[in-house]
Amino acid sequence: MTIAGDAQLKLEDVPVISSGFRLQWEPAQQAHVLLYPEGMVKLSASAAEIMRRVDGVSTVGAIIADLERSFPGAELRADVIAFLATARERGWIGTKA
Amino acid sequence: MEPKLSNPLWLLAELTYRCPLHCVFCSNPVDYTRSGPELTTDDWLRVLREGRELGAVQLGLSGGEPLGREDLEVLVREAHALGYYINLITSGLGLDERRIAALREAGLDHIQLSFQDSTRELNDFLSHTRTFDLKQRLARLVKQHGYPMVLNVVLHRYNLDHIEAILAMAERLEVDYLELANTQYYGWAFLNRALLLPTREQLARAEQATNRFRARVGERMRVYFVVPDYFEKRPKPCMNGWGSVFLAITADGLALPCHSARMLPGLEFPRVADRGLGWIWRESPAFNAFRGFGWMKEPCRSCPERFKDFGGCRCQAYLLSGDAANTDPVCEFSPHHGEVVAAVAGARLGVTAERQPYFRDDRNSRILSSR
Repeated sequence: MTIAGDAQLKLEDVPVISSGFRLQWEPAQQAHVLLYPEGMVKLSASAAEIMRRVDGVSTVGAIIADLERSFPGAELRADVIAFLATARERGWIGTKA
Repeated sequence: MEPKLSNPLWLLAELTYRCPLHCVFCSNPVDYTRSGPELTTDDWLRVLREGRELGAVQLGLSGGEPLGREDLEVLVREAHALGYYINLITSGLGLDERRIAALREAGLDHIQLSFQDSTRELNDFLSHTRTFDLKQRLARLVKQHGYPMVLNVVLHRYNLDHIEAILAMAERLEVDYLELANTQYYGWAFLNRALLLPTREQLARAEQATNRFRARVGERMRVYFVVPDYFEKRPKPCMNGWGSVFLAITADGLALPCHSARMLPGLEFPRVADRGLGWIWRESPAFNAFRGFGWMKEPCRSCPERFKDFGGCRCQAYLLSGDAANTDPVCEFSPHHGEVVAAVAGARLGVTAERQPYFRDDRNSRILSSR
């Protein structure tokens, strides 16, 4: 199915961290960071929860389901989709069908 | 108002001042031949560990030509184990397929390959070597071995008008990141400024061509066009502030808050052989000299922009006004802004030095050191 607002990103797409990017926990910053050639993004706690689940195997739908299990009661779907769309626009992730 | 002490995030290891190229815009100190012996492998391993403990996570391996260090693979392996993201900043000389694979296996994250121009003639002239064909071959190998392909081209008067050919070359090489870095005037580039400084019109044309290219290639390639600050009215937030996020270690073991700072008079930069990086970063007088805002003079001292630009660049303030504590003369509020305006006007009138450029080599460095 196609997600409203982003004709490209589908629930069955599999997001994958882009080549040359690395996600890691930085004790000195008490945050997850995304590292790439000569650059770094410090992630918020919620962004990190999403990015940690981007493993190149799980679909967008599976990532949402897993987050909803970890954070019961929260309506996360729209936020997760919006974040992943932004992440792809910035080149942090790609998607395979 | 003083911000709390932050961690260094970037560690730049200038592993050696030796270099097979002789680029006219090199940012190394012009008197590099006066520097002391290079750090040993063990020294560098300790620097890497201490830097990581302080919080540094981006590691730049540069020089000179870092491939000139035979222990490069050893340093990369340790840096990877420590959790650094490792950037190798290289001309490519000394690189072959075996070494590309060995560095990959040791944990190198990315290779930034520099080109001097899109044409063999100008590439080879500017670097004073015959290296263009080699660089083309290496760019393909870097890509084949699964590294993100990062191409860096330093721009100036002689190659800005070739921008479309440079962009086409980047597309042909399937570059992932293209850094079009206009020359910053430090080191050898400052010495050769009259030859290298472009006109405003050249810059505007190049930037327009770059924007057209960006629109066409879209997300396939990230293109950075770094505007030379001489053409601005406000200074760059150099290093995001002195002693804020950036720590450089020179080939002979001096710790610097930026890679150009070595030439600033009156500051005693600490040596990693004498002190740990923790003391150097937090306590050393040199790293505290321009930290925060207390050191500022007018017009910076009362200017609201100081929280954005930190007064600009200390090295540029020194080079153009004679005092590193002055406002960066790029700022239109600086009483020395006329220096920058005059240099830019000179480029427009075609005023160039009546001499050959100073190529960065040992002979010229020794001559310049003795002045």
